[in-house]
Amino acid sequence: MDIHIQLTAVDYLILSSYFVFVLGIGFTLKRFMKGGAAFLTSGRSIPAWVTGLAFLSANLGAQEVIGMAASGAKYGIMTSHFYWVGAIPAMVFLAIFMMPFYYGSKARSVPEYLKMRFDEKTRGFNAISFAVMTIFSSGISLHALAKLLEVLVHWNYWTCMFVSAFIVLVYIFLGGLTSAIYNEVLQFFMIVFGFAPLVFLGLKDVNGWTALKEKLIPVATEQHFAAGTWTHSWVHMGSAFDNPMGINWVGMVVGLGFVLSFGYWCTDFLVVQRAMAANSMSAARRTPLIAAIPKMLFPALVILPGMIAIALHHSSGGHFLPLADDGTPDYNMTIPAMLAKYFPTGLLGIGFTALMASFMSGMAGNVTAFNTVWTYDIYQSYLVKNQSDSHYLWMGRWATVFGIIVSIGAAIIAKQFNNIMDMLQLVFGFVNAPLFATFLLGMFWKRTTGHGAFWGLLGGTVFAALFHLFAITEGGSPSWIKGGALAQKFVFHSDMGKNFWMAIVAWSACFFLTVAISVATRRTKTDAELTGLVYSLTPKPKSEDEPWLQRPAVLGAIIMAVAILMNFIFA
Amino acid sequence: MNFDLRLPVGLMFVVFGLILTAVGLFGSPELTAKSLGINMNLWWGLVQLAFGGVMLLLAARGKQK
Repeated sequence: MDIHIQLTAVDYLILSSYFVFVLGIGFTLKRFMKGGAAFLTSGRSIPAWVTGLAFLSANLGAQEVIGMAASGAKYGIMTSHFYWVGAIPAMVFLAIFMMPFYYGSKARSVPEYLKMRFDEKTRGFNAISFAVMTIFSSGISLHALAKLLEVLVHWNYWTCMFVSAFIVLVYIFLGGLTSAIYNEVLQFFMIVFGFAPLVFLGLKDVNGWTALKEKLIPVATEQHFAAGTWTHSWVHMGSAFDNPMGINWVGMVVGLGFVLSFGYWCTDFLVVQRAMAANSMSAARRTPLIAAIPKMLFPALVILPGMIAIALHHSSGGHFLPLADDGTPDYNMTIPAMLAKYFPTGLLGIGFTALMASFMSGMAGNVTAFNTVWTYDIYQSYLVKNQSDSHYLWMGRWATVFGIIVSIGAAIIAKQFNNIMDMLQLVFGFVNAPLFATFLLGMFWKRTTGHGAFWGLLGGTVFAALFHLFAITEGGSPSWIKGGALAQKFVFHSDMGKNFWMAIVAWSACFFLTVAISVATRRTKTDAELTGLVYSLTPKPKSEDEPWLQRPAVLGAIIMAVAILMNFIFA
Repeated sequence: MNFDLRLPVGLMFVVFGLILTAVGLFGSPELTAKSLGINMNLWWGLVQLAFGGVMLLLAARGKQK
């Protein structure tokens, strides 16, 4: 049984009007793009509500909408750990403790902050690994989109890929980061308006939340889990054998909640760049907090449809989701299956456009992060120094073209990987997991040296890769991609568990190596040079003159309290 | 920079709202049957129209300042 979405003229009208607006924003912004700074950093001129929604939307790539709905079906409400444990605390931490250094240092990128705080080699390492990673992520989004459209509406794979890449290219080429940010906000609203009716109709169809909980009991028991496994996020986390994620609470809290989450939200330039484009320090600090509010509610929009879909799949005797080759449900088809079932033409156009928007925003976010890092941290730093701002505008524009062409290449590579999520986690594990240790030490311990940071970071990445070569998932056959290629020393219950523990290993290795090497090496930067870059040497930003609700600490505390409450309600 | 984002957001949702409302009013009853007997196009069209309208209103007010 395949899912097919039948679009009519009205749906095409909606889809094409959306693209008119997307491109229109690019064309309108073209006249403001007077130099490299305007193009690559938006000239630090954007209000907080816009950067906040873009901050969230840049993360709404392939892994978010399709992947989180898939996880909702596969793991139930435990998926909420990716939000209330694996996102909100890190976003609040970024706003309160880290944004003052990112924004206050006037760094134009995360690698540039590393250059200011440490040295050239640390920046170079981060810039190059980040550039590679963003291109991969962009390519994965592109591939996932093209594949999905091929299956759903029978459009040609290559046409889909080139047309969507071309649209992203045009609006970034014209309007730079501002265009990407504005379109991300458009995409954010599109996703909310496109998926909210899905949740409403789905819930109505299963007769509400209480009835859904009942329907999810056989889903759990049939897979030999306790009855409430799909509707409790914490209760069944005592042992990795008791839940479908195959991980215990320690690995989840430390691996996802601390290492991966802080590594992504606090150091990944893709999201941090949005906050850096804000028009004031206060707006920059509020950016992640404004993003955290909708982020906290997103489980209702993306996880709940997955839970509804698996309940319907089960109660219909396995006739709702299409089946994969091995006979298990094809979880990635959750959202498309729901769209096809409930949405009449018209509304279908909105939902379908939202789906496309989510992929394109993920891709555009990566492309803008790539062109800034390429232009400032690689091109300007190592290749062509001391040119005029308009020269870097030219380079930024062409980096966009180059980035998109390489993304298409990455998409072709991505075709051989089946599970987007695992692949992304693997890459983030190697590169991002150790990175947060470097930032934590760099921002809060002035004794951290450039040598310590660089070798610690490299060591952490190497440890991650080594761990990967010796670790395997139960029942899996050893391979370079799946792990355990050299030996199977560490056996995990699930891929996710293995990835979380790999992140923990990488982070710890980086942390201890950085401390040890920093103590053994001489400081090269004076206290004066580190002012504005390190916590103990920087005057605290004043927020007393703002209305109390706009103060980062107050807003952050409220958001944390609500997130904790959510964990309790759905425990 | 002098380009208020609320303007395109508002315009886009007014356009979508109008399209959906029209489908809701003049579309065949089969469409309603698909969304569990609720005329979702009409209702959701009106919601989007209202959202778009508010955004445009805010943009207009922002311009006056």
